[in-house]
Amino acid sequence: MTRSLPIRAAIVSVAILFTFLMAWHIATRGTGTVAQMDPEYAKLMGLTATQGKSAMPGPIDVGAKLWEHIRQPFYDKGPNDKGVGIQLAYSIARVAIGYLLAVAVAIPIGFLIGMSPLMSRALDPFIQVLKPISPLAWMPLALYTIKDSGLSAIFVIFICSLWPMMINTAFGVASVRKEWLNVARTLEVGTLRRAFTVILPAAAPTIVTGMRISIGIAWLVIVAAEMLVGGTGIGYFVWNEWNNLSITNVINAILLIGLVGMALDQILARAARAVTFPE
Amino acid sequence: MAVTDKFVSLEGIAKRYPAPGGATTSIFENLWLAMNRGEFTCVIGHSGCGKTTVLNILAGLDTPSDGAVIVDNLAIEGPSLDRAVIFQGHSLLPWRTVMGNVAYAVSSKWRRWNAAQVRAQSQKFIDLVGLTGAEHKRPSELSGGMKQRVGIARALSIQPKMMLMDEPFSALDALTRGTLQDEVRRICQETGQTTFMITHDVDEAIYLADRIVLMTNGPGAVLAEIVENPLPRDRARIDIHKHPLYYAVRNHIIDFLVMRSRTFVGVTPGFDPRHVPVVRPGFAEPTVAAASITDPSPSLPGLTRQSIA
Ligand SMILES: Nc1ncnc2c1ncn2[C@@H]1O[C@H](COP(=O)(O)OP(=O)(O)OP(=O)(O)O)[C@@H](O)[C@H]1O
Ligand SMILES: [Mg+2]
Repeated sequence: MTRSLPIRAAIVSVAILFTFLMAWHIATRGTGTVAQMDPEYAKLMGLTATQGKSAMPGPIDVGAKLWEHIRQPFYDKGPNDKGVGIQLAYSIARVAIGYLLAVAVAIPIGFLIGMSPLMSRALDPFIQVLKPISPLAWMPLALYTIKDSGLSAIFVIFICSLWPMMINTAFGVASVRKEWLNVARTLEVGTLRRAFTVILPAAAPTIVTGMRISIGIAWLVIVAAEMLVGGTGIGYFVWNEWNNLSITNVINAILLIGLVGMALDQILARAARAVTFPE
Repeated sequence: MAVTDKFVSLEGIAKRYPAPGGATTSIFENLWLAMNRGEFTCVIGHSGCGKTTVLNILAGLDTPSDGAVIVDNLAIEGPSLDRAVIFQGHSLLPWRTVMGNVAYAVSSKWRRWNAAQVRAQSQKFIDLVGLTGAEHKRPSELSGGMKQRVGIARALSIQPKMMLMDEPFSALDALTRGTLQDEVRRICQETGQTTFMITHDVDEAIYLADRIVLMTNGPGAVLAEIVENPLPRDRARIDIHKHPLYYAVRNHIIDFLVMRSRTFVGVTPGFDPRHVPVVRPGFAEPTVAAASITDPSPSLPGLTRQSIA
């Protein structure tokens, strides 16, 4: 076999997927008639009882449902029946707003911490205490003060995205190579220009790494937050479909959450590649 | 030399670092050195004796624990565009191209210049160091010699009054080093640069420098001697070693590095750091090395001594 590594890897991936789908299909398919009963009663009991079919949907059910969702992602039939595209759009919008707010706050503060040893020491205890708090622990406080479930979810995203970005920015800024700073100093470059022309490009790879960690956490947290606050969003959708006992939809939602999370990560990975410089 | 020529002077500078156990290590104490306008001074000394520290203090990047640096009759208070530094590592900004690195310096010096002016000035100095055509390369795509040349172009492009060079050629192969030495010498002479350069290479020092400062080993390093270069100012690199005084200077310096740099402070009790002896080797060249190995005292036969006032 002289095929290139990516092609061979793709073949293995497809094989794993196929094996998984087959196993899933076999494990959940019906085993034929298991009990003789009155047809009326059988109708009442459903296929689970009569055909030995598992309550767990098989890959074909899920695929069919997924196709339905893809064909009609944005329908809106009232609060409990919206297209999955709309739900995802709500979640992405919340994540985007909370995350961008966090970027706007975390990066300047990170710069301040990284550039000033005084501020670094002064802010350290606050960061150490605030960082390990589960973002969902803020939820009741947010609901009480903001009095709006949508905004509370955004606040939770904001607070959980803040720390990785702030800490990485501070670290990146503080560890800019001294020789580069000395270049700027011998050229009598002012503080602001130095921050933008030397420190920012030098720390950018570390900062973007922090941003990548944050977007991952934000996407994890939004599902849980929306399960709590309800109303709209993919997290609410999962919970709602659980209440409807539609496992097919739950599995679909899980799949979509994974795909969107991957897409968000890829965007940041691309940004990381753009700001990385070879030495 | 007239006192009025004095452009830069180190006045009693010291550098100390805290050592474990509350003590302090003194890298050097009470260094005095004056440099005239347009003069090329080289410092030679063993690794770790404090050469880079002296250069950083001259540049204003480091502050002395004691003493002051006077430039143009004023004590310096930090780095200045008048004193360009070529760093020991090339320290180019890796995310900028060759043009970007030079242009960064140019636009820092002339902040009101438009892009075309900055570009023209940068191009001039990129051409000068022979990097025409490599403007859009990033430092990672350059060879060691090319990086070093970008560093030189960057330093020259701001047309400083003084150049501070920290082993600028040490990472280069002999051929590139020779070419760059020629270029630096030509540029410094043409622009009347005052230059302070650190080197480990004795031949390089003799080729480039008007005066070679010999620094003893640290801690507690001192400037032991200032060797005045007796070779003619229009010396050429190819036949410099044929000059009758060449080996006298060379042997004197190597002898210092091998023998006396370690013991100098101990065997010279009355040493006055304010008046570093100035030496012009070369009146009885063959005896210099031999004599000094057996007798490291300051009064060597074959050397004339004078003192800077
Ligand atoms: N921050 C520091 N703390 C303690 N000692 C230091 C510090 N920085 C430098 N030194 C010491 O100062 C001395 C002089 O260092 P310097 O870099 O000036 O040496 P150098 O003469 O330039 O050596 P080389 O030829 O290897 O470049 C060294 O012995 C080094 O250990
Ligand atoms: Mg050094």
